[in-house]
Amino acid sequence: MKFISTRLIWLVVLAGLFVLPFLLPNFRVFQINLMIVYAIAVLGLNLLTGYAGQISLGHGAFYAIGAYAAAILMEHAGFSAYATLPVAAVVCFGAGVLMGFPALRLGGHYLALATFALAMAVPQLLKYKAIAPYTGGVQGIVLSKPNPPFEFRFLGAPLTEDRWLFFVTLAVALPLFLLASNLIKGRIGRAIVAIRDQPIAAGALGVNLAWVKTLTFGVSAAYTGIAGALGAVVIAFVAPDSFTSFLSISLLVGVVVGGLGSIWGALFGAAFIQFVPNVADEISKSAPWAVYGAILITLIYVAPGGVMSLFKKLTSGDAK
Amino acid sequence: MKSSLKSIALAIGLALSVGASSWATGTYDSGASDSEIKVGNMVPYSGPASAYGLIGTAIGAYFKSVNDQGGINGRKINFISLDDMYSPPKAVEQARKLVEQEEVLFLMATLGTPSNSAIHEYMNKKKVPQLFVNTGATKWGNPTGYPWTMGLQPNYQAEGKIYAAHILKNHPNGKIAVLFQNDDYGKDYLKGLEDGLGDKKGMIIARASYETSDPTMDNQMVSLKSSGADIFFNVTTPKFAAQAIKKAAELGWKPVHYLNSVSASVGSVMIPAGAENGIGVISSNYFKDPADPTWAKDKGFLAYKAWFDKYMPGADIKEGFYTSGYIHAAATVQVIRQAGNELTRANIMKQAANLQNVENDMLLPGVKFNTSPTDFYPIENKQLMKWNGKSWELFGEIFGPK
Amino acid sequence: MDSFLLQIFSGLANGSIYAALGLALVMIYQSTHHINFAQGEMATFATFIAWTLIERGVPYWLAFFLTVGIAFVGGLLVQRIFIKPVERAPVLNNVIVFVGLLVIFNAMSGWIFGQTVKAFNSPFPTTSLVLPQYISGHQLGSLGVTLGVLLVVFLFFKYTPIGLAMRAAAQNPDSASLVGIPVSWMLALGWGLASAIGAVAGMMMAPVVFLDPNMMGGILLYGFAAALLGGIDNPWGAVVGGFIVGVLENILGAYVIGTELKLSVALVLIVGTLTLMPNGLFGRKVVTRV
Repeated sequence: MKFISTRLIWLVVLAGLFVLPFLLPNFRVFQINLMIVYAIAVLGLNLLTGYAGQISLGHGAFYAIGAYAAAILMEHAGFSAYATLPVAAVVCFGAGVLMGFPALRLGGHYLALATFALAMAVPQLLKYKAIAPYTGGVQGIVLSKPNPPFEFRFLGAPLTEDRWLFFVTLAVALPLFLLASNLIKGRIGRAIVAIRDQPIAAGALGVNLAWVKTLTFGVSAAYTGIAGALGAVVIAFVAPDSFTSFLSISLLVGVVVGGLGSIWGALFGAAFIQFVPNVADEISKSAPWAVYGAILITLIYVAPGGVMSLFKKLTSGDAK
Repeated sequence: MKSSLKSIALAIGLALSVGASSWATGTYDSGASDSEIKVGNMVPYSGPASAYGLIGTAIGAYFKSVNDQGGINGRKINFISLDDMYSPPKAVEQARKLVEQEEVLFLMATLGTPSNSAIHEYMNKKKVPQLFVNTGATKWGNPTGYPWTMGLQPNYQAEGKIYAAHILKNHPNGKIAVLFQNDDYGKDYLKGLEDGLGDKKGMIIARASYETSDPTMDNQMVSLKSSGADIFFNVTTPKFAAQAIKKAAELGWKPVHYLNSVSASVGSVMIPAGAENGIGVISSNYFKDPADPTWAKDKGFLAYKAWFDKYMPGADIKEGFYTSGYIHAAATVQVIRQAGNELTRANIMKQAANLQNVENDMLLPGVKFNTSPTDFYPIENKQLMKWNGKSWELFGEIFGPK
Repeated sequence: MDSFLLQIFSGLANGSIYAALGLALVMIYQSTHHINFAQGEMATFATFIAWTLIERGVPYWLAFFLTVGIAFVGGLLVQRIFIKPVERAPVLNNVIVFVGLLVIFNAMSGWIFGQTVKAFNSPFPTTSLVLPQYISGHQLGSLGVTLGVLLVVFLFFKYTPIGLAMRAAAQNPDSASLVGIPVSWMLALGWGLASAIGAVAGMMMAPVVFLDPNMMGGILLYGFAAALLGGIDNPWGAVVGGFIVGVLENILGAYVIGTELKLSVALVLIVGTLTLMPNGLFGRKVVTRV
């Protein structure tokens, strides 16, 4: 393994990623963009649920807040798509911390319940007429995708808006993933896991439960919010119906499929929720939901650690 | 000399014949060829609005029946219908899939205002026809702003205006209460009523909205009744319309009751609500309700029934959604037929804007498809009808252009 | 005044629906200490079964009890097949299985029974015997049924040996199994009972809201609010909670915040209760020992 240094692998991967969008038709690039967006959202949820052990069935709410923040800023304040991302992150961090306070007293089912209620209330809240002048109410807001800043052709394919967005989403996703990875490996990450596994002991050992839990909620929400903002740009449209409880459930499905407590598993989870409904569509028209449910349950029985745990089992070779 | 002349003549002759035959087989945009026409569609087959998936099934069945009879101008329809789960992001993805991957010639009967709003800009930018959009929202009939989009059914605001006119004529001193779904469609109807009333808008003394997630209408109905209104405008989708009609009867409230045509279904609304509870309710329609005994012996209905029995085995013929699909599909077939051998997207749009008095088995007598380059509303005629406990009795004249 | 009373009474009527659903949720919680997110969808599925039976000509009350029986067995089976494997697993795994079940049952309802809205007739006369100008016959009837179910549940848990065994199994599974109680089967029983109660809730609800696969969508949330408000482990509490939620929803919707934010009321109730009164109005305080 040492023959091939990590640097070289990264180089190859990056080169491959550069070439990829030009090899694929525009539509596929669009789908992959969505997948990367979901990966960021799933990662956010995983930080909270997989690592901190706090179940959220309402992360769609943060996704929606991020998306609408971006849309409103672009539509009413003339922000560029890129500038909306930090704003979405900050706003959602705040929202996450707010949600984190009541979450402090809730555990397990109760938190799941509270967040489920949030997910169900979100579409109605978005339609509220008092804020409709900003949110576009039921009609939503139509956005335009940012143009690529320069003309470029590679391997016979032009740099379209979708291809440009591929690089943008990648440029946002990679640092976020690396940041999360570092966070988890560090002191805070250990504190988070300690709280999940042995909350009372952790408290007794001096970990400030309240602070860590709330922070985790905030960071998790911020990640998902950034994803929401990016998603709004990629789809170029936001409307209340885009953010139903199904979205929250899908994100949770993504976390479970990718593997609870796995950073890179988020990519598999995202690929699942992006592409499986399309495949299920071919099988039967009312299938997507049933397929989701069936796979979800099967995975929990067979591989609770998700796809990543399966990988580890295959590559590590030993029984554990 | 002679042989070269011969060969030249032969060459010219060959060129002419080849040229002539390729000219005869037509001009095509992606999705069309000598043998087939790819038609794209998306409806919610799953998710909260999955009841509307039935429309997609009916459209597919209609196209199949057309194919079995030889197709259109010798070409078969390849109908590709995808599930958009009533979710705008999914709708965008599916539309792009249909246009960019499946390379359909055009989209038709895409359902629901959110989904259509999400793809509105895209379709017009890509110059792909977004034909016969399956919602009554008024904004689809805008040839100058969005030349590639066209609705089909009478738009909601127009219907609201019809009721307003009726109210002004028959109940000029009434007080109106409105129950409406808190979204695009509900607000569109309300606007139509308000616009139609003009400066007598003040007749509306109470408004109550509801969400599709609300369990019952009780709350709203009690409020509306206690407002003292004697006219009720009921803008609800089928399930909630039935609840509202039932509740009004339970409360002993008997206003002049106008029901939006979206929920005029006999099978899904009037009967479940209690047939006697709805006596006197006024609505309007543009097509024949297959559950209405009035049409049992009607020639058009019998033709519909024959198609239904063969191509929709096991399905409930009383379900009006199937009729909606049938009509949308028929309009599409008419457009394709008119396009002849020039199956380009521009020509499809041109023919769609050139429907002249086209009839259909299931349209009410006197209602026809009519479009022009400045009129992107194919159906504008409606007739008022009153429920008598057993069926809808049409009355009055046919509203709209003659 | 009249309309105010009407709002209150229709709130109570709605409340009896939330109460029945809340009761089912409490039932599962009492026997398993889990919150069943799939409760609504299972109830809808059971109601579809009832509808099918009635369509085939089975008389109403026979269909009613048959469905309750089928739901009981179904709930039991669901527990045996789907929940048992994750009994000892972390809470998250359980929640995910519930969510998976929710989604599967919803899809099955649509797939097997179709997506169109169906009418479901009420077995009760249209006019009520009591206060006919404020409530309908059906509302009175379903109120009675809900209270009846509550009584049965209460008596069952308090006075029967099985009820006691179930409570023991939920409270302290290790000690209970030491005493000879088949803990796993007690859990299954709990599920069966909850499923049966859910079926009753569905059948009482369907005549009012009409039957379709998404019937329970919004109602589930109110059921949760009801159960939480009353104390998640107290059947009486769930019923009282249900009525409170129903009336609050109506009054707030009619006079205070308008009808556009009713779901948010449920949200606030849930979060508020969980934060400020986690044991609800009538629940017992649980102390965790280190």
